[in-house]
Amino acid sequence: MIETLVSYSNLAVYSAMAVYALAFIMFTLDLSRRAVVAEPAKVAVRASVNGYTTVLEQDAPAEVAPKTPPFLRIAMALTVVAWVLHVAAAVLRGAAAGRVPWANMFEFTLTATAIIIGVFLVVQFWQDIRFIGAFVSGFVLIALGVATVSFYVDVVPLPPSLQSAWLVIHVFVASLGTGFFALGGALSIVQLLQARREANPGSGLKFLGTLPTAEKLETMAYRMVVIGFVFWTFTLIAGAIWAERAWGRYWGFDTKEVWTFIIWTIFAGYIHARATRGWRGSRSAWLAIIGFSAVVFNFTIVNLFFKGLHAYSGL
Amino acid sequence: MASNPPSDNVASDSYRPQGHFDAAPDAPIQQPKLGFVGYLRFFWRQLTSMRTALFLLLLLAIAAIPGSLVPQVSSDPNGVVQYKANYPEAAAILDTLQVFNTFSSVWFSAIYLLLFVSLIGCVIPRTKHHFDALRARPPKTPARLARLEGFTTREVTADAATAVLEARTLLRRAGYRTEVYGDSVSAERGYLRETGNLVFHTALIGVLVSVGIGGGFAYTGQRVVVEGYAMTNTLASYDSFNPGRFFTDSALQPFSIALDSFTPTYEVENLDALGQPTDFVADVTSTVRGGESQKEQIKVNEPLSIGGTSVFLLGNGYAPLLTIRDPEGTVVFSQPTACLPQDNNLTSNCIIKLPDGLAEQVGMLGFFYPSAVELADGTLASNFPDTINPVISFFMYTGDLGLDNGAGSNAYALTLDNLTQIAGNDSDVPAIKLSPGDVADLPNGLGTIEFTAVPRFVSLDVHHDPTQLWVLVFAVLVVAGLVTSLFIPRRRVWIKVAESRDGVLTLEYAALARGDDPGLDAAVAEIADRHIDQLKA
Repeated sequence: MIETLVSYSNLAVYSAMAVYALAFIMFTLDLSRRAVVAEPAKVAVRASVNGYTTVLEQDAPAEVAPKTPPFLRIAMALTVVAWVLHVAAAVLRGAAAGRVPWANMFEFTLTATAIIIGVFLVVQFWQDIRFIGAFVSGFVLIALGVATVSFYVDVVPLPPSLQSAWLVIHVFVASLGTGFFALGGALSIVQLLQARREANPGSGLKFLGTLPTAEKLETMAYRMVVIGFVFWTFTLIAGAIWAERAWGRYWGFDTKEVWTFIIWTIFAGYIHARATRGWRGSRSAWLAIIGFSAVVFNFTIVNLFFKGLHAYSGL
Repeated sequence: MASNPPSDNVASDSYRPQGHFDAAPDAPIQQPKLGFVGYLRFFWRQLTSMRTALFLLLLLAIAAIPGSLVPQVSSDPNGVVQYKANYPEAAAILDTLQVFNTFSSVWFSAIYLLLFVSLIGCVIPRTKHHFDALRARPPKTPARLARLEGFTTREVTADAATAVLEARTLLRRAGYRTEVYGDSVSAERGYLRETGNLVFHTALIGVLVSVGIGGGFAYTGQRVVVEGYAMTNTLASYDSFNPGRFFTDSALQPFSIALDSFTPTYEVENLDALGQPTDFVADVTSTVRGGESQKEQIKVNEPLSIGGTSVFLLGNGYAPLLTIRDPEGTVVFSQPTACLPQDNNLTSNCIIKLPDGLAEQVGMLGFFYPSAVELADGTLASNFPDTINPVISFFMYTGDLGLDNGAGSNAYALTLDNLTQIAGNDSDVPAIKLSPGDVADLPNGLGTIEFTAVPRFVSLDVHHDPTQLWVLVFAVLVVAGLVTSLFIPRRRVWIKVAESRDGVLTLEYAALARGDDPGLDAAVAEIADRHIDQLKA
């Protein structure tokens, strides 16, 4: 029974990865289409040079129409399909284990990346951020690749220390926070590119011309980070409450605790930076990117190579 | 975000620390002569400025990194010892820089204390300012609403006074504080945003203070208890004990805990996890002095609460019961010996030191295998953590145990420097191997050893922290304040009768955001629509 569920789960993961790969390609093609749209005067020349004939045929006349370009539509549809498979993989994994599917690094990656895509899809309802689709699908694809190749472990029962309702709350909220930080980081990268382009008109990547202004991107990134920050704060506190139950102290400067604190401080710095004259704009964007890098570092390097009590990678 | 036009009512703005992007620009630099007080004021303003706070925050993040790279005395004392042994030169430098105690080091403390002083210096004037703002009237309606955000106009056939009155009712119902200025209503809402912000920052100070005070009065103690034995909450009873700075013996609540039995459960079905523990249950009898004894359970994640103190189950293992007799049959040693687990199948190391009683000082280095199997090379190993086939084997040594010099020694380690092996891998006599019930002769006619039974032991952690609840309360306030300060929009809205011609009113609507406010334009449009609907009704 367990084996069957696990094999279905793994199958779903691999299928999701294949579809994410296709979505990534479509998102990337869309970016290149944007490069063409952004500079209509050079469309014909660029198209013949780069061979983007399909792009030209589809979009040159439709430039004024607000209709969703086909590549983007396909990319989003593929992302939704991949996400359904992805969630199914996580649910099946949980069913196989008879518990929540985030008790080791493989499962955490599986669930956290599903949340990243979930947030990305849900945010579309009130804010069009499809332009970071290439980044998000690419990132999730790589994360799932590393998880299946390097983090994979068999389903095993929970050790007594993890048998707690806090596993459900603490880890889930941590992955929610990670999801929002990822999107905030992605938007901040685009913001930096856009700001550089705005500073030197005519330079930089062409597709940026079709994206919101750096200021607008900063506002979007800020909203993502702020939500992530609330979740992260909650994670810290929930973790402390759990640590008190399981280890007898709510805070002990365990390596993972230290890094969670460092990340919290970086993002607190980001929020302050946005309110500090001279730090708004690109400087604060760097903090959001550094913050998300610290999240990734905390999850990979700290989990695998640092000694500490959070030794639940299962590796 | 659009830049905020200057307001004509400063009192109801939030107080902005120096360097806040929303604050008045810094005055052009002039160099007056500063006296002592002047310098103090200068440094105080620098310390409480936004830039300094940001700098200290980021510095704090960076300063915490070494504490995760190098083992810390507080969380990993053995790691520190090992590090010092492996890299003595680097360790000497790190020790001087207090890196092994990063989080209580002078430099780390300096950063967070400065940060909190800066925070307090910011919170106090802000609180005063906010308190004033809470009682202030909403600001006068600006002359030109068209310059503000979400500006929209509507036309309706109505009486000007009614329109203003309706506007006021509408805004009041929507939670705005309102003030009528002539033919216009000025309204403001979202004071909770600043309240939340202040609560968040104040609660952070609360957390720090409670942790600081709690650390002083708290204590933690560790004690190994074997099945059938008990521990009392007295200083002498602990194997190790860490008191806070203000700890006194009277903080120890008089109670005792007897370990009736310890029951681990190991996975036996899932072949990927054979032998992995799935449950640990310690059945105990607890007694508070003067009270009735109570049967209770301690599990991982489910500590026992007794007399304002928590007792945690942190470890377990085997404590083989051994009896050693001299050649005449007199018992010189008879007690369970807690053996330190070495691997997941609970192969454990047992140390017995007998300075007196036998003809010579005897040291014994034991290896306990709960489920012993013989490997191809004849050595033993354990292949399951439960006692399927318990076997203990001993190397024996005679000589000087090194206990007479008065220095403390580790009960879980045998110093072999001045000892000679008389049974084991380096001597003619093979290691002594025993199963429960076995009796064996000791070499050199020293006496006999009997292996009676294998009770289990648990290691209990006793924690007392009187301010723990306060830390939790402040932590909850931190989250509540954070959510309030980030997601409640602070906005001002104005509704103004701009023109009245032949009974047709031209109404103007506009707003101003204080801080990040994504839904502002939509909110103004909705207010305008509802206002018109009401006037038409």
